[in-house]
Amino acid sequence: MIELRGISKVYRQGGREVSALQDVSLRVDPGEVFGVLGQSGAGKSTLIRCVNLLERPTQGRVRVNGKELLSLSPEELRLARQGIGMIFQHFNLFSSQTVAANVAYPLEVAGLPREQIRARVAELLALVGLSDKADTYPARLSGGQKQRVGIARALAPRPRILLSDEATSSLDPETTRSVLALLRDLNRQLGLTILLITHQMEVVKAICDTVAVLEQGRLVEQGKVVELLSRPGSHLHGLCYPPFTTGESAVLRGGQRVELSLSGEHSTRPILSTLARRFDVDAHLLEGSLERVGEARVGRLLFELTGAPDAVSQALAFLREQGLTSEEAAHAW
Amino acid sequence: MPGELTHSLWVVTLETLYMTSVATVLVVLAGLPLGVLLVLTDRGGLWERPGLHRVLGTFVNVGRSVPFIILMVAIVPLTRLLVGTTIGTTAAIVPLVVAAIPFMGRVVEQGLREVDSGLVEAAIAMGSTHRRVIVRVLLPEALPSLVRGTALVVISLLGYSAMAGAVGGGGLGDLAVKYGYMRFRTDVMLGCLAVLLALVQLVQWLGDGVASRFDHTSPHSRRAHD
Repeated sequence: MIELRGISKVYRQGGREVSALQDVSLRVDPGEVFGVLGQSGAGKSTLIRCVNLLERPTQGRVRVNGKELLSLSPEELRLARQGIGMIFQHFNLFSSQTVAANVAYPLEVAGLPREQIRARVAELLALVGLSDKADTYPARLSGGQKQRVGIARALAPRPRILLSDEATSSLDPETTRSVLALLRDLNRQLGLTILLITHQMEVVKAICDTVAVLEQGRLVEQGKVVELLSRPGSHLHGLCYPPFTTGESAVLRGGQRVELSLSGEHSTRPILSTLARRFDVDAHLLEGSLERVGEARVGRLLFELTGAPDAVSQALAFLREQGLTSEEAAHAW
Repeated sequence: MPGELTHSLWVVTLETLYMTSVATVLVVLAGLPLGVLLVLTDRGGLWERPGLHRVLGTFVNVGRSVPFIILMVAIVPLTRLLVGTTIGTTAAIVPLVVAAIPFMGRVVEQGLREVDSGLVEAAIAMGSTHRRVIVRVLLPEALPSLVRGTALVVISLLGYSAMAGAVGGGGLGDLAVKYGYMRFRTDVMLGCLAVLLALVQLVQWLGDGVASRFDHTSPHSRRAHD
């Protein structure tokens, strides 16, 4: 659906050359929600703008909807852009036009007759739950409502791809959740392919199937969110789970400190009670979390294992055998 | 005498209104495209043409730095070519227009630059032609500041027209100098000043009123919740 190959972007800034992107390649499959995660200044904005050529890459290839965008004429590019919706961090609604006129804009661009535009606008406003705001000006809307208008406007010409440029970054947590839920619904109901950029791990965990981590203009990792999160040592895991704050001093009972990574089938098995029954050890919980990511659950757990030394080492061997602990994490402290 | 004074004031006020309004129409017609071009041709603009931009910028700066009284005399040949004479209210319109076009160009440029570049980006991302970006996004978004800027231009045209009047252009400036100043008629002087003041106030008030009518950027009834 979207394929970027070997994208580099160099800016000239006062005689100096600044490299924003270096050899970035990624592929977004149809129907997928693909997230690019990175801190500000990592090049995310430049990357997403290369997909509809708001920025022209210095090098590389951009293939969207089966078209090589860089080889299109200006007129062909204009038409191709009508098939790629985009929403923005600051919404970018036209302040001089009503909500309905904003949503109608891309339909005018597409040259639809007035009657069809009116019907389609009503349909879209209903879709995002803002039918009563048709004649309101954007300045009167809350942030969440503005982004819903932005989404309605982006989807008006029935694009198959939606680009989201930090769409929830200026919204409060609750509104963020509702906008993400809307995007998730649109992805499922319309089969909409979404490429989003964000600096929020929450966004990645909430709606992304696939994620790419961008650092200083380079992709350092790319893969399924659930897989990366359940793999200690991945960049995403490191970003999502900073080191436990419970240090050595908290291990008060002279037992064994154990870190578990939970994902897939492990996350649903009664691990702690199994340990207790089979090895006659006790697990004292210290820190941890377990959460849903998409259809799966991932998390990690820090606890202290106490009991007879033999029992404890047998229990550790069992955990290792099950692939639940990394060697590193199970070292005696 | 008071009746005669009122009559003369009325006549010169009409002359001033004539000069200013015809000049305003011409200045807007020429200044609008000039301002749009200044923005389009600039670095990073939709139609980047650094050479043309520099030429236009220089023209505007030169036009704005020549004092009106000198400009008026300097373009006498042009005035004669266009109007056939250099004396009278119609002839005064030529230097008024020439002097105010660069000003209007800057006003328009300024107004367009204030439009959030994100809106242009959004319009381009939706597949707009440049023409549509200008007509449907840039100009409507800048409309309130274009109206305020035009009021500013009209007010300086009123000032220029008084100056033009003093050198044979007719209008309030003419009356004020010939009667108020040279014949020591303080009442005429005060009358002219009062009318000018009233006109400036009126233009300012109209400009502000129309501008805020088109301004939809402030939330009048903000809602707290989604």
